[in-house]
Amino acid sequence: MNHYTLWHALIGGILIGLASLLATVLSGKIPGISGVFSFALWQSAALFRPMRPLVVMAIAGLLVGFGTRLGGGCTSGHGVCGVGMGAKDSIAATLIFIVTAMMIVFIYNRVVL
Amino acid sequence: MKAGKMILFFVAGGLFGTGLAISGMTDPARVIGFLDLFGAWDPALLFVMAGAVGVYGLGMLMLRRVKNRDLKLPSPTPSPIDRQLIVGSAIFGVGWGLGGFCPGPALANLGALRVEALLFVPAMAIGMFLAQRFFGAD
Repeated sequence: MNHYTLWHALIGGILIGLASLLATVLSGKIPGISGVFSFALWQSAALFRPMRPLVVMAIAGLLVGFGTRLGGGCTSGHGVCGVGMGAKDSIAATLIFIVTAMMIVFIYNRVVL
Repeated sequence: MKAGKMILFFVAGGLFGTGLAISGMTDPARVIGFLDLFGAWDPALLFVMAGAVGVYGLGMLMLRRVKNRDLKLPSPTPSPIDRQLIVGSAIFGVGWGLGGFCPGPALANLGALRVEALLFVPAMAIGMFLAQRFFGAD
């Protein structure tokens, strides 16, 4: 999309209109994004029971983001691709994060729960 | 990037996500079940890894034999096992054990609008930013 013209605006608008029309026919309701999103949110909240308190999940997310970038990979980069190629650094990284995670689960299940 | 290549990346992403979902690895309960070695241990993740590592390893061995100038593969020489790799992997392990989410399943659950993922993924993005900003991680 290097050359934006008003045709792009019109075509985009037509697609949005078609999508809205389709969703209206499918649901029998007026489907605004705000309504659809919040409906999906509550449906999802009813479907999935949280494994851990939300504060724990936020801390876990921070550690996973920081650790994977510092360590140069996660379960897919080190675990699948690196180990698959037989790379020593990835094998070391994978052993370290699996053993650490097992220790944390051991402690969490016995101390916190 | 060329449109054809983008579509193929999309296919790869779709395969990856389907694999995660079928193998049950989008469910943090299953992942924590594997990590709970001294509890009700669930070996499923080991089988997932065996399947993925086996196919990737064999596939790469075959691809390395292909003589084609257009085929670019990652270098087979591993990076050194330095302090960043060790400390980073240990920190990742702590987060993985706490939440039962690694980055892929977390993003998959974000798509499902799972409440934990709605918190986990932005926190993960902040963690990634901090590692890159202050420790020069790629």
